[in-house]
Amino acid sequence: MTATFVHAQGWIQFDVHGLATQFWNNTIDGLAQGGIYALIALGYTLVYGVLKLINFAHSEVFVVGAFATWITFYLLGFRTGATPDLSAVEIILYLAIAGIAAMAVSGATAVALERVAYRPLRNRNAPRLVFLITAIGASFALQQTLKLIFGLNQQPQIRLLQPEPLFKLFGASVTNIHVILVVAAVVLWFVADYFVNKTRLGRGIRAVAQDPDTATLMGVNKERVIIVTFLVGGLLAGAAAMFYMMRIPQGAIYNGGFLLGIKAFAAAVLGGIGNLRGALLGGLVLGLVENYGQSLFGGGWKDVVAFVVLVIVLMFRPTGILGESLGKARV
Amino acid sequence: MNNLRERWSSLSRPAQWGILIPVLVLIYFLPVIDPPLIATTGTDFPTAMFDVARYALVAVGLNVVVGQAGLLDLGYVGFFAVGAYVAALFTSPDSSLHKLPYLWTLPLAMAITMIFGIILGTPTLRLRGDYLAIVTLGFGEIIRLLADNVGPLRGQIGFQAVGTVGGKPLLANATQWYWLTVTIIVAVLLLVGNLERSRVGRAWVAIREDEDVAEIMGVATYKFKIWAFVIGAAIGGLSGALYAGKVGFVNNQSFDVVTSMLFLAAVVLGGAGNKVGVLLGAVVVAYLPLRFVQIAQYNYLIFGIALIVLMIFRPQGLLGARQRLLAKGRQAYQRLIGRGEQLSGDSALATEPGGGN
Repeated sequence: MTATFVHAQGWIQFDVHGLATQFWNNTIDGLAQGGIYALIALGYTLVYGVLKLINFAHSEVFVVGAFATWITFYLLGFRTGATPDLSAVEIILYLAIAGIAAMAVSGATAVALERVAYRPLRNRNAPRLVFLITAIGASFALQQTLKLIFGLNQQPQIRLLQPEPLFKLFGASVTNIHVILVVAAVVLWFVADYFVNKTRLGRGIRAVAQDPDTATLMGVNKERVIIVTFLVGGLLAGAAAMFYMMRIPQGAIYNGGFLLGIKAFAAAVLGGIGNLRGALLGGLVLGLVENYGQSLFGGGWKDVVAFVVLVIVLMFRPTGILGESLGKARV
Repeated sequence: MNNLRERWSSLSRPAQWGILIPVLVLIYFLPVIDPPLIATTGTDFPTAMFDVARYALVAVGLNVVVGQAGLLDLGYVGFFAVGAYVAALFTSPDSSLHKLPYLWTLPLAMAITMIFGIILGTPTLRLRGDYLAIVTLGFGEIIRLLADNVGPLRGQIGFQAVGTVGGKPLLANATQWYWLTVTIIVAVLLLVGNLERSRVGRAWVAIREDEDVAEIMGVATYKFKIWAFVIGAAIGGLSGALYAGKVGFVNNQSFDVVTSMLFLAAVVLGGAGNKVGVLLGAVVVAYLPLRFVQIAQYNYLIFGIALIVLMIFRPQGLLGARQRLLAKGRQAYQRLIGRGEQLSGDSALATEPGGGN
């Protein structure tokens, strides 16, 4: 493969050779990052499926989880600097504690958000744009609260698990963190899918997504279903935050949610918003595409690729790859 | 409030101007008077007033898109950025392009942002509601990221000495920039006001209130939505070029999404669809943090909470548009009924071609 550089007057460059050499590294890294997108995307998709609302503040629910993870590590006595020497059991224990803390805090934030911001609007039958503007306001308010508490800078990194290459795949090294992230995303997605498709509460969620009025008449407690939906989305965002902090230990920063949130939303739309399978697929695909784009166009273009994907999908196939189906799913 | 509004609209046109002109003169001379109570600490008052005026112009432009046509645009800062970069590329010595006099770049910025408006609007305006909002957000971010990454746009280094003539700034001080901006706002308000009362304006209102019904009633919704987008874009580009000229420096730092949200907050707080309302909203959003420096740190937090509270208790904003439109419709209806009674009889049909005002 010969190196090919096309310079269009220095505006955009194409590095096909870079993409070819980096392909498998990009694939592995993209899947790991995509797993995080998928977990956040599940929150968007669930809420959208039930309320037809883009929960703009979901990205802040995620960031709150990232801070909770960091604070838990700190309270457990870990500080920035060298990775402590821990046994496998200890690592799993501490990560589980942090994960539970993050899930609890994110879940509580999501439910609080629903009660404070969205429920009063539902009681007033507000139009959809009013919901969206409220969501933007809530996102703003949460983000700025974090900024006031934790300041402008990112928290110093605390790393419990050092990335170590486990094996090679087509010349690209796969680390333990890559494996954990992809496995965690798939497992949590399975849990969420099982919850929505097989449990009683999940049936309620699908019923409300399909037809709120009929569901209410059939004895489904709509308000409780909505709370549960926000809670599940929040829990998944919290888990995503913990895994994200494993990958990027310095990731706790007040405005860190915006970009991740919008990309996760793009992932949800890409797979088909309102569709759990779509969230997983969309997350992984977006992770891959933006990493390939990064190699092809250069580092700064990663986010551009993600946004362009979002715009193109919305324009040409707004129902995504798999279509909207939370309400249409049959058991 | 409604009472006041009715009394205002019952005044004759010259009487309205009779009140408006002294108010306008007062607004023009605010930086010169520098009234003690509203003077700002930290920033000098004329500069603060220019900032307020800049926000007001942006709010008027965004109001065409959000308020009148009901298209939620979260990427409006993108147009503002395009306008600023046009001014920078054609006037700064750091740019390799042919230099133009700064004032020429104002219409040029409008023209180029209009082209951007068409490019963005043509594919995206087929979408509705929240999907449209997200796509515009994506476009706003893409424009900012292009400024980051495209070499000739100079990223964070940016362009120095924008809008200078032979090394000197075009206007000597902030007060003059303020006057220029206020003059432009008045002109834009007159144009937009005319548009509002025309066929185009009625089409926008119809689309905002119910797009499906508008379509069925024969409004070419897509066409008018693009018009709203393009006109809004032009005003955004104009204010971007003004900002670039006043500050004299453009880089990639001032066009993030947060700014876009602040623009939106100005429109929504004041009352989308109401010109006086959005001017008020812009004054609130731009002026309060400058006047009360101690709250400046919290200003995004306050506006975030304000948006939530407002949407719950008064979703139409401080000064709503809908009621006034209904009132206008009622007046027109009353007039019609009144005239019908007046002209009842054989001459009713004969007067029809000359009917109306």
